[in-house]
Amino acid sequence: MKAPVDYLLHLADNALILGQRNAEWCGHGPILEEDIALSNNSLDLIGQARLLYQHAAEQIGDGATEDTLAYFRDVPDFKNYTLCELPHMPLMSATAQGDRDFAMTIVRNFLYSSLMVLVWDQLQNSKDAQLAAIAAKSLKEVRYHLRHSRDWLVRMGDGTDVSHAKAQTALDQLLPYTQEFWTASPQESAALANGTGIDMAALQSHWNLIVDEALQEATLQRPAAGGFVPTGKQGVHSEHLGFVLAEMQSLARQHPGATW
Amino acid sequence: MNAPALKEWPLWEVFVRSKQGLEHKHCGSLHASDSQHALQMARDVYTRRQEGVSIWVVQSSAIAASEPNDKSEFFEPASDKVYRHPTFYEIPEEVGHM
Repeated sequence: MKAPVDYLLHLADNALILGQRNAEWCGHGPILEEDIALSNNSLDLIGQARLLYQHAAEQIGDGATEDTLAYFRDVPDFKNYTLCELPHMPLMSATAQGDRDFAMTIVRNFLYSSLMVLVWDQLQNSKDAQLAAIAAKSLKEVRYHLRHSRDWLVRMGDGTDVSHAKAQTALDQLLPYTQEFWTASPQESAALANGTGIDMAALQSHWNLIVDEALQEATLQRPAAGGFVPTGKQGVHSEHLGFVLAEMQSLARQHPGATW
Repeated sequence: MNAPALKEWPLWEVFVRSKQGLEHKHCGSLHASDSQHALQMARDVYTRRQEGVSIWVVQSSAIAASEPNDKSEFFEPASDKVYRHPTFYEIPEEVGHM
């Protein structure tokens, strides 16, 4: 049994785009150790994306490779959560520039990792044996990502007035984007139906527990639920993804087939 | 939020055990706000190439160190006592590498 290609791409795109975003800190981290930590996180995520793209490419055939999937698809083809593509700064139009905000990075990594520890744990039982193996490897990595981001979340929330305010602002801006986790996309429904995927809505209460416990420890207030539900996993993205892809794909498109 | 903010993080010494049965070896130092923070940073900085299976961190200020100025009285008296090295013994072949 194989997972639907679009489902694999959804999982892979989440990892690739968030990995690319976190890699933007490379050389710019707030401290040297954190610079390395975020690069480690990126390499874990990009490694996960590679395995998933390779698995998808085998099913697609017709010359598809991990590289064609990562570098030669356009915005509407990407199926990542909108959360993963947002910039590391309070929301602004895509062409505007601002300073990267470490609180945004940490809160996003915390919200995503809290989900993925549950997703990868369950996908270990996927009827797609290769996906199950990828899940087992990814689970170990994302457990550390959760530990790392949760640690910083609590330090910032329960830190100084300034760090608390930054963490709360990031949470208020990013939490609404997590609503996309729970609405089933066609690829998620197809994967659930053939036993290769999981029921995302069933994870919500456990995810809430993980998040609320950390927020309480961090003395942060959870913003009210509701509002627009993002549609990134259905290929309808924010204005930010195009800029991420432009930077990430430009080299491969200028030099197709280039190798190290 | 009552404790005063740390303006400077204390320095920690990092010790990594490369595999079970071997000793922890000093591999470097880093600044961190507390021991858990230091452990995580040490994990990210010093074990990313599979260098270790265990990490110790200890705050540098907790280490009592000999003074460079004491070198003459601490270490130099040993320099002419070569007989303290077990180099005057024939090691039987069966013992192998020591």
